[in-house]
Amino acid sequence: MTTHKENIVKKINDTGLIQDEPLIFEQGGEGRRGYSLPKWDVQKVEAKQVIPSHLLRKELTGFPQLSEVDVVRHFTRLSQWNYGVDNGFYPLGSCTMKYNPKVNEEVAKIRGFAQVHPYSPQEICQGILKLMYELENYLAEITGMDDVTLQPAAGAHGELAGLMIIRAYFRDRGERRSKILVPDTAHGTNCSSSTVASFRMVGIKSNEKGILSAKQVDEQMDDQVAAIMVTNPNTLGLFEEELGEIARIVHQRGGFVYCDGANLNALMGIVKLGDLGVDMVHLNLHKTFSTPHGGGGPGAGPLAVKKELTPFLPVPVIEKAGETYRFNFDLPKSIGKIRAFYGNFGVMLKSYAYILSMGAEGLKKVSEMAVLNANYLMKRLKDYYHLPYDWPCMHECVFTDRNQEKYHINTLDIAKRLIDYGFHPPTVYFPLVVKGALMMEPTETESKEGLDRFIETMITIAKEAEENPDLLREAPSRVKVRRLDEVLAARKPKLRWTGKNPNNQIPNRNSPSPPLNLRGGWGAL
Amino acid sequence: MEDYLRYLPHTKEDVREMLEAIGTKSVENLFEAIPKKFRLSKPLNLPQPLSEPDLIRHLEGIQSQPYISFLGGGAYHHFIPAVVSHLISRSEFYTAYTPYQPEVSQGTLQAIFEYQTLMCQLTGMEVSNASMYDGASSLAEAVLMAQRITGRKKILLSQSVHPEYRKVIQTYIDPDEQEIVLIPYLKGKGRTDEKAMVQCLGQDVGAVVVQNPNFFGVIEDFKNMGEKVHQTGGLLIVCFSEAVAYGILRPPGECGADIVVGEGQSFGIPVSFGGPYLGIFTTNEKYIRNMPGRLVGETVDLEGKRGFVLTLATREQHIRREKATSNICTNEGLCALMATIFLSCLGKEGLRELALMNLNKAEYAKKVVSGIRGCKIAFSAPTFNEFILKVDGDPEKVLEKLKEKRILGGLSMEKFYPELNHHLLVTVTEMNTKEEIDQWAEELEKALKSNSPIVT
Repeated sequence: MTTHKENIVKKINDTGLIQDEPLIFEQGGEGRRGYSLPKWDVQKVEAKQVIPSHLLRKELTGFPQLSEVDVVRHFTRLSQWNYGVDNGFYPLGSCTMKYNPKVNEEVAKIRGFAQVHPYSPQEICQGILKLMYELENYLAEITGMDDVTLQPAAGAHGELAGLMIIRAYFRDRGERRSKILVPDTAHGTNCSSSTVASFRMVGIKSNEKGILSAKQVDEQMDDQVAAIMVTNPNTLGLFEEELGEIARIVHQRGGFVYCDGANLNALMGIVKLGDLGVDMVHLNLHKTFSTPHGGGGPGAGPLAVKKELTPFLPVPVIEKAGETYRFNFDLPKSIGKIRAFYGNFGVMLKSYAYILSMGAEGLKKVSEMAVLNANYLMKRLKDYYHLPYDWPCMHECVFTDRNQEKYHINTLDIAKRLIDYGFHPPTVYFPLVVKGALMMEPTETESKEGLDRFIETMITIAKEAEENPDLLREAPSRVKVRRLDEVLAARKPKLRWTGKNPNNQIPNRNSPSPPLNLRGGWGAL
Repeated sequence: MEDYLRYLPHTKEDVREMLEAIGTKSVENLFEAIPKKFRLSKPLNLPQPLSEPDLIRHLEGIQSQPYISFLGGGAYHHFIPAVVSHLISRSEFYTAYTPYQPEVSQGTLQAIFEYQTLMCQLTGMEVSNASMYDGASSLAEAVLMAQRITGRKKILLSQSVHPEYRKVIQTYIDPDEQEIVLIPYLKGKGRTDEKAMVQCLGQDVGAVVVQNPNFFGVIEDFKNMGEKVHQTGGLLIVCFSEAVAYGILRPPGECGADIVVGEGQSFGIPVSFGGPYLGIFTTNEKYIRNMPGRLVGETVDLEGKRGFVLTLATREQHIRREKATSNICTNEGLCALMATIFLSCLGKEGLRELALMNLNKAEYAKKVVSGIRGCKIAFSAPTFNEFILKVDGDPEKVLEKLKEKRILGGLSMEKFYPELNHHLLVTVTEMNTKEEIDQWAEELEKALKSNSPIVT
């Protein structure tokens, strides 16, 4: 047994600048405070004098008691174990991890936006309504659609709203359509959104070129299909070349074309989805329009639709009469409300700032450089990594681990080794149609030098796989934690701190090897 | 003009070299997969790009002007310690993606684990997810979850639940598959009519939904309802829109709740015209596999060191696809972090004191306003930091008069409850000084005097 003091010394020695940091519940002490409230200027009575005791709590059991300094140190240390776009290259495919402009963060803090209550009278927030109205117009122009709702809080929320609109459209006509066609390259949300909106998802295979064929759609399209959901460019980074014809077929049989606009970053100012026959498309403001991902949100997933579907949009919609903007809650055919209030205004504001900063030429340049970067990356790496679809891509490209299989190295090992070199890994094992996929999206904000560094690293890793594969299997090693036992986490879920087992923050080198990790393996250890 | 190039690092030489490496002549050639007839021949119709200073000037020019506010009803003005904004502005937090790669996301993951723990402590439940979009969508997901668990189609929904939350439930359910029965509130007390609810209970009821404090600010007493719904095999769902109340209120987990959901905006997140906010979602362990949303769990790394990962993902869309428990992917991670930092600062004593201050300020406002002719506190049950005020006159006109004095005096109830056509929802938080409350009451009195009384 080592003493507490020895443990602390050991901890410092072990971790260097990657400091250990206990949970907030494991530090602080009785009476320590990190808050400052306004002065008591009214009479203070105890809660039980107003509210019956049986409706009151005894205490906030377990809540921490920390000083402000404790809190700042704690979260600063935590932040240092993270990797963000500002730390370096983040080629996470289908996630569009572009640079998040700082001025947008600043303007979102402007008092007259951040401190405005959603139930404020509309006449005192005309600027806010104008901003939302204009953002709707810009997004309609970029996508070639007629109307936009800004309310969905994320891409999947936009999908759900879209499919509910389609459901409402058919029910309004007294029609029941039960199916949604979803390609095998689709994001998982397309499938689950279909189910939540009471449709049955029917899979549709992409062809040998990695895209949907009009012929296949023609075979599966019947009068039970409410819509086809297409991601364009798709998750292989390929433009759906036959979409125009597919839309014609789907429309002919009374269905709609839903586009998952997660990958719009390739198309701005180049082509309008509306021109291709798309009837509705959701956009991810936290991808294409530069707002930060926040470690998993908040995002925003505005939905753009063609006129035919406008009556079904969620309420309220924003209208302009003369120079006055107002909310209209009176849309008899509307699907209703999909969340409280009007959407993630703070996110909209940042995207509005982004569009105004870029203008038409800037946005076109964004798409051009995003596609140039992806093609450059693809070309430079294809001699080292297997490229299942070997033709020009749009904004992202997909490699596999096939070339490394013979060294018993898989996609996860490659991804983890990248961490040792200071890069965020690409998206792994997606899309599902590609075995061992490594999906890379550089985005337009990465410079050529940045790409070259990444390319050199990927080439080095390919050589390591051949010559010293253990380096990959044991990766990452220069991080706060090494590969984690995900099986244990799922088998014995520990989802909150319970006050037990407080000592395991001190690494114990002599502990027996943990069980095998199904996906990655534990390498030589 | 080309200030936007600050986000686009490519020089002409870079582009030339890259095209050469690719083996093509122009950037345009890279788009050959797009049929020519669809390619745009003219630029998008968007405003000319703005420089950074011009952008700031433009946005500052359209911002709203400050008012003294007594608005609430699901969005609350609370003090946000400077620490919150500073810490979430660390770009390692806000420019990171969802923590799918745990080795480079331990900061986000540990913070979410702490958030989950705080939410369990707050609500008295055993499990919390990593967040939902907002309180309303969280509640709608809770209703869907209750139906998955019980296989029953009927939901008893108290009318004192936030009207917008009720609308969102209505949107989320499929009217062909599910049925909502509204349970009225007691006209005198402003609480859910327990008798009416018990009468509607039966083997076909999947869940009972109440809000505490409810939309009228009234503190509900639902323990009994919980016992009754459990007797018929249904679940009790408790929601809230004012999370600060739980600094003093008994956690719903101690009163029989099976799912507790709510809005976390009060915990360090600005009102920001309605979003982004924070959907809190908690339940008990036995229902974990039916839960929507992401979960962070504790585990060890290959050296036995504590670490955190996303777990039980077999419920989620990226693994389970059409069979997932929900379609949620991106949630409100940074808002959950804001709440975690906020609660870390306030801690055990701070949250209690904050709640108590809110209660006391609202009690003071009730007392002051009770003395005004033409004003009456509409409901007799105890309230937290908001209450329904009945005025002798047209509430819209009264509000208009107050607005002229730069006071947003409350929220007119008529559009939500036609029968409450002389009623205002008044919210008082720690941000309202005694002076403001006095001024509000004074202006209210003046407005009522000048407003010709309407017989009710």
